[in-house]
Amino acid sequence: MIRDITVGQYYPAESVLHGLDPRTKLFGVLVFIISVFVFRTFPGYLVATIFLVGMIALCKVPPSFIFRGLKPILFILALTMVFNVLLTPGEILWQWKFLRITREGLVLAAKMAIRLVYLVIGSSILTLTTTPNQLTSGMERAFRPLNRLHVPVHEVAMMMSIALRFIPILLEETDKIMKAQIARGADFETGNIIQKAKNMVPLLVPLFISAFRRANDLAMAMEARCYHGGDERTQMKPLVYSAKDRIAYLILLAYLAAAILFRITGW
Amino acid sequence: MGIIKALKLCFEYQRYDDEGNIQDTQKAVDQVDLDIAPGQFIAILGHNGSGKSTLAKHMNALLLPTEGTIIIDGMDTKEEPELWKIRQKAGMVFQNPDNQIIGTVVEEDVGFGPENIGLPTEKIWKRVDESLQKTGMTAYRSHSPNKLSGGQKQRVAIAGVMAMRPSCIILDEPTAMLDPNGRVEVLKAVHDLNRLEGVTVILITHYMEEVTDADRVFVMDSGHIVMEGTPREIFSQVEKLKEYRLDVPQVTELAHELRLSGVDIPEGILTMEELAGALCQ
Repeated sequence: MIRDITVGQYYPAESVLHGLDPRTKLFGVLVFIISVFVFRTFPGYLVATIFLVGMIALCKVPPSFIFRGLKPILFILALTMVFNVLLTPGEILWQWKFLRITREGLVLAAKMAIRLVYLVIGSSILTLTTTPNQLTSGMERAFRPLNRLHVPVHEVAMMMSIALRFIPILLEETDKIMKAQIARGADFETGNIIQKAKNMVPLLVPLFISAFRRANDLAMAMEARCYHGGDERTQMKPLVYSAKDRIAYLILLAYLAAAILFRITGW
Repeated sequence: MGIIKALKLCFEYQRYDDEGNIQDTQKAVDQVDLDIAPGQFIAILGHNGSGKSTLAKHMNALLLPTEGTIIIDGMDTKEEPELWKIRQKAGMVFQNPDNQIIGTVVEEDVGFGPENIGLPTEKIWKRVDESLQKTGMTAYRSHSPNKLSGGQKQRVAIAGVMAMRPSCIILDEPTAMLDPNGRVEVLKAVHDLNRLEGVTVILITHYMEEVTDADRVFVMDSGHIVMEGTPREIFSQVEKLKEYRLDVPQVTELAHELRLSGVDIPEGILTMEELAGALCQ
């Protein structure tokens, strides 16, 4: 169950989305996130849904793979929905003692759920179609102007891509340590929340130690391969916009304009 | 002039107490002299803590000597202001395959080194193609390293080093975490590079079987080089090796025992065929 998080897992395939420039895709995710918050009505969400379904169809990643990324947020999702349904004042549809369900509550809960799910799916599509290295170079290029303000853009980008690369490895390791500790009598299942949190200690301590050890090894390996920061570094896959990217930008801008139009006209 | 030359090389690890004062120092490498000719296949043996990994880290300037000098391809690691020039000449492969792969796609990882030394894009691609081919990993170029076997990951790591066109590669127990198949696969790749590309190989290991094909073998114990010679010379001294807590290959051990019990065969037998030949005479 612990390996189900898809954020940070690249899915190799040959698709239009895989071939786009990472900067285009970053911009795309940004536009999509903005649009999810700009849309306020169900017709608006329909537009967002069409856009998202189109992206899923284009990216050639099996949908089951994309939706697997939703599992970890199911709890948060359920919690937000319950609170929204029960605590929003308005026209009462059903009441039992202090619990009541209102029409407004249902609508709000549905909207929140749509937003959360779309946010996760949208960013999952980015990470599924973009290798962390591409993502890094995309962000590095996009934020390069900040270099003048002495923001270590390259270093941050490098750290991010390494973190992404090690997520699956550390997850696997967590699984392994968990099993090893269960074999030694550790209990991760029973007890209340505080008890459970306490029981995590024998899992977290070895995990942290191993993560530090890995970090140390990796730093050494990077140095051994001549890594000395971002200066004078060239790129194997430098970013060049192609015709596809221009079309993508146009589509994205049109989509954003539609979102704003929907908001202004109050549709 | 050898490609790697060490003169009275010493390295001390220092342990600090809570206040940051030096508590004690431990000599990990002590007065080591080395001279390695280009194109050779060198093996360094030693049990855990004998200083072999510390010595290896001196060979591409990851550690700088406390005393003495080490010269790699004419560059003194203590004098050179741009250490990556040395690291480009002497590439290093580590024990844990997971902890040395930086890219999430095989070819991006192989390209990491050439990117760091600032090559233009077309040249990087050429080198990546070349080194993937040399290590037989071309078919896996767009795979994720997480989905490869241990032996394949280690070959990717070797390809990553080869992409910098080093004149020598240092492998620090590259097979310690692999299964027997992976071990054979990695050793074959390393031997091919040595034979076909003329790359100097320094293989650090504690598997005796991996050493029998080497040109020269060094044995280390508590920071010193205690034995030096061809595999045959080294393995003919079974008793001495055992003193340094090292095992000899099974066949050699068997031949040694046979000799002790009076069978007339020569010392330093390395392969099964040899033993069979000697016994049949």
